[in-house]
Amino acid sequence: MRATVIVRPKAGILDPQGQAVEGSLRHLGFAVDKARVGRVVDLDVTAVDAADARGQIARMCEQLLANPLIESYDIELCEDA
Amino acid sequence: MTAATGDGRQRILVAVAVFPGSNDDRDAAAALERVGATAVRVWHDEEALPAGTAAVVLPGGFSYGDYLRCGAIARFSPIMRAVAAFAADGGLVLGICNGFQILTEARLLPGTLRPNHTLSFVCRDVRVRVERTDTAFTDRCRRDSTLTLPVKHGEGAWFADAELLADLERNGQVVLRYDGGENPNGAIGDVAGVVNADGNVFGLMPHPEHAVDPLLGSTDGALVLGSLVDAARLSAAAFV
Repeated sequence: MRATVIVRPKAGILDPQGQAVEGSLRHLGFAVDKARVGRVVDLDVTAVDAADARGQIARMCEQLLANPLIESYDIELCEDA
Repeated sequence: MTAATGDGRQRILVAVAVFPGSNDDRDAAAALERVGATAVRVWHDEEALPAGTAAVVLPGGFSYGDYLRCGAIARFSPIMRAVAAFAADGGLVLGICNGFQILTEARLLPGTLRPNHTLSFVCRDVRVRVERTDTAFTDRCRRDSTLTLPVKHGEGAWFADAELLADLERNGQVVLRYDGGENPNGAIGDVAGVVNADGNVFGLMPHPEHAVDPLLGSTDGALVLGSLVDAARLSAAAFV
């Protein structure tokens, strides 16, 4: 089963990368008030069903893909894949 | 493993873990030898520490290319299971820079290290205030003193949420703090080094191993490494 994990800096956490991107976009003339930079992880997971996949990926996030102190994560499943 | 030193004291064995991408392991070993230890470098895929290991140092560098997050991959190295077991038994573990990052990722130390607030790599001497001199890692330091130590990192901004920071402050776990306005990375609370609740695992971003020779400007790093060697000698003696 294919899945995409999106890891984001938690709200309120200083994100210097996002600030740099925001500043650069403004230099280009875009009216940007806020940019936050996270990380995308595409996965191919062996799972019996969507709930199983979601459970496995949540454990992956807690143990490795995200740092729960400073990052939140969202899991998107492509169930027809 | 012990051997007599010239002054009759026992040389204790300190294991320096080497991960793919570590680059301060030789300096760490040389600095430890200089303060009276026998240092042995141990490759990351070893599953056990050398017999007689009295302390462990995780050195600086860029383990696994800092992929994902600094230290996030190294903490799954086989040697880290041995290090975690050693720490759980009360063994002394020191993490310097990338070693500090690995210890936070392994949850052996509280908080985490984030990209510097400036987004630029910082490489210079900083002064850090010694908040406690009653730890295994600062025992040779004078009370209320500052140390001059070099930093060189891109991701050294220690972070904890307000609740965790308050807990650590209350428990006296903040051992080193960047001194008056010298915070080079945006670390919360100016934290440069923290110890675990049991007092046997310590991590810091500055590099004591690069400050042991007067030729390089400061010998304050020898106070930190010397404290570790003193404490390791005591704990090794306790197990004899």
